Amino acid sequence: MPQVSMTVNGKPATGEIEGRTLLVEFLRESLHLTGTHVGCDTSQCGACVVHVDGRDVKACTIFAAECEGAEVTTIEGMAADDGTLNKVQQAFQDHHGLQCGFCTPGMVMTAAALLEKNPNPSEEEIRSYLQGNICRCTGYHNIVKAIMAAAGQDTSKIAAE
Amino acid sequence: MYAFDFERPKTLADAVKAMTDEDAVALSGGQTLIPSLKQRLAMPSKLVSLTGIDEIKGICVDDDGRVCIGAATIHADVAAQEYYPALAALASNVGDPAVRNRGTIGGSLANNDPSACYPAAALGSGAVIRTDKREIAADDYFTGMFETALEEGEIITEIKFPVPETAAYMKFEQPASRFALVGVFVAKYADGVRVAVTGASNEGVFRWSEAEAALGSDFSAGALDGLKLDGSNMISDVHGSGDYRAHIAKVMTKRAVEKAG
Ligand SMILES: Cc1cc2nc3c(=O)[nH]c(=O)nc-3n(C[C@H](O)[C@H](O)[C@H](O)COP(=O)(O)OP(=O)(O)OC[C@H]3O[C@@H](n4cnc5c(N)ncnc54)[C@H](O)[C@@H]3O)c2cc1C
Ligand code: FES
Ligand code: FES
Repeated sequence: MPQVSMTVNGKPATGEIEGRTLLVEFLRESLHLTGTHVGCDTSQCGACVVHVDGRDVKACTIFAAECEGAEVTTIEGMAADDGTLNKVQQAFQDHHGLQCGFCTPGMVMTAAALLEKNPNPSEEEIRSYLQGNICRCTGYHNIVKAIMAAAGQDTSKIAAE
Repeated sequence: MYAFDFERPKTLADAVKAMTDEDAVALSGGQTLIPSLKQRLAMPSKLVSLTGIDEIKGICVDDDGRVCIGAATIHADVAAQEYYPALAALASNVGDPAVRNRGTIGGSLANNDPSACYPAAALGSGAVIRTDKREIAADDYFTGMFETALEEGEIITEIKFPVPETAAYMKFEQPASRFALVGVFVAKYADGVRVAVTGASNEGVFRWSEAEAALGSDFSAGALDGLKLDGSNMISDVHGSGDYRAHIAKVMTKRAVEKAG
C-alpha cells in the first residue's frame, strides 16, 4: 500500500493508505484523532473541517494522498500544550456556542480560518462564512456571538443570552 | 467507493501520459468527483490528480488583455483576483468557503453541471477553453447537461476570458445545495452584449439571444420588458417549474443589467 506523510498539529505523521482513503479517515482511523467529525460525508455539513496548508477544507472531500507534505491542523491542535483553549474555543464555551457539540470542531476550525483572514468580521460576514457549517442544535445565534467575542467585539447588541 | 489507483503527477506532460490509460479519470478539487465516487456513480481504474501541477494554476493577463486562469486554480483564488471583478464576484459565491478552497474552475467547466455558475461566466464572456490538445470557443464547448466538447482523457489547462466593459452575474440560490436555481451572466463588450443563463434549461447553460439583441441597442433593464423565455424546455423539479425558472431567469437578467450599470 502507498504511504503518505504529512505534518498534523505540528508533528510528523506517516501511514499506509489506499488511493481512496479520505483525509478524515486517515485522521480518525490511522492517527486516532477523532475530534474531526463526519456528519454527512457528502460535503454539506462542515463537521469535518480542518486546515490544510492554512486553508479550511472539508476533510471528507479530500483524499489523504492529496495531503502529501501538507501541514494539517485539526481541532486537537487548537489548544495550547498546557490545555489552555484557543480564543475561539474559549469563546464558544463562554457564550454557549454549542449544545451537543457535534458540529463544534468544524465550527471552530471554520471560525478560526475566518478570523485569520478577517480579524474583525461583521455579523453578516460571520453568517455568510458559516454557510457550509450546519448545526442542528443552537440555531447559530450563540455561535455567531462567540465568534464576534473571539474577535474582541461587543456582543451585547446582538441579543440576550 | 470502489478501489482505484492514484497518481499525482508534477507536470502536465506526465498527467497527459497517465490519462491515456483506459478508465483513468482526472481529479481536480474533488468537490464534485469525490461525492460521486462515494455514490458509486463513477468507477475509474485510476485517478490522476491535477492538484500537484503548478503550470496549470495561477492567473495572469495575456498580450490581448485576456484574463488567463489555470484550470487547477481554486475558486478562492479566482475570487481574489482583480482583473475581472464580475468573475471574482461569481467565484466568491460558489458553494461555501471550504468548497471554494478546493474546487477549481477547470473542474467546474469539465463537469458542466446544469446549475453551476462558471459555465455562465465562460459562455457569457465568450471565453476560450484551452486543453492539452486544442483551444475550444465557449460557444462550441457546452454541448448539453453534463456534456462538453472534451474528448476522452482530454485535460483542460487554461481558460481565457476577454474582459468586458462591464458585467455582472446574478444568482438565485437554491439554499440547500448552494448551487444556482437560476443564474444569469451579462457582459457588455464593444461589439455587443452576451447573456448566458445557467440552472434553467434541460440543455444546460445557454445564450439568450433575444435579450442580447435588445440589450445591444439599449443596455437597460427596461429593454427586456417585452421579452419572455419559453418555460417548456426548462428544468422542472421540486424546487420550481419550468415556467417559474423562465420567469426568474428574466428577473435575474434585469438585475444583472442593473448591477453591471
Ligand atoms: C456544497 C457544495 C456547493 C457547491 N456550490 C456550487 C455553486 O454554487 N456553483 C457552482 O458552480 N458549483 C458549486 N459546487 C461545485 C464546485 O464548484 C466544484 O468544485 C466543481 O463543480 C468541480 O470542480 P472540482 O475542481 O472540485 O472538480 P472535480 O470534482 O475534481 O472534478 C469534476 C469533474 O471534472 C473532471 N475534471 C476536473 N478537472 C479537469 C480538467 N482540468 N480537465 C478535464 N476534466 C477535469 C473530473 O474528471 C470530474 O469528472 C458546489 C459543490 C459543493 C460540494
Ligand atoms: S462530513 Fe464533511 S461536510 Fe459533512
Ligand atoms: S451543537 Fe449540536 S449540532 Fe451544533
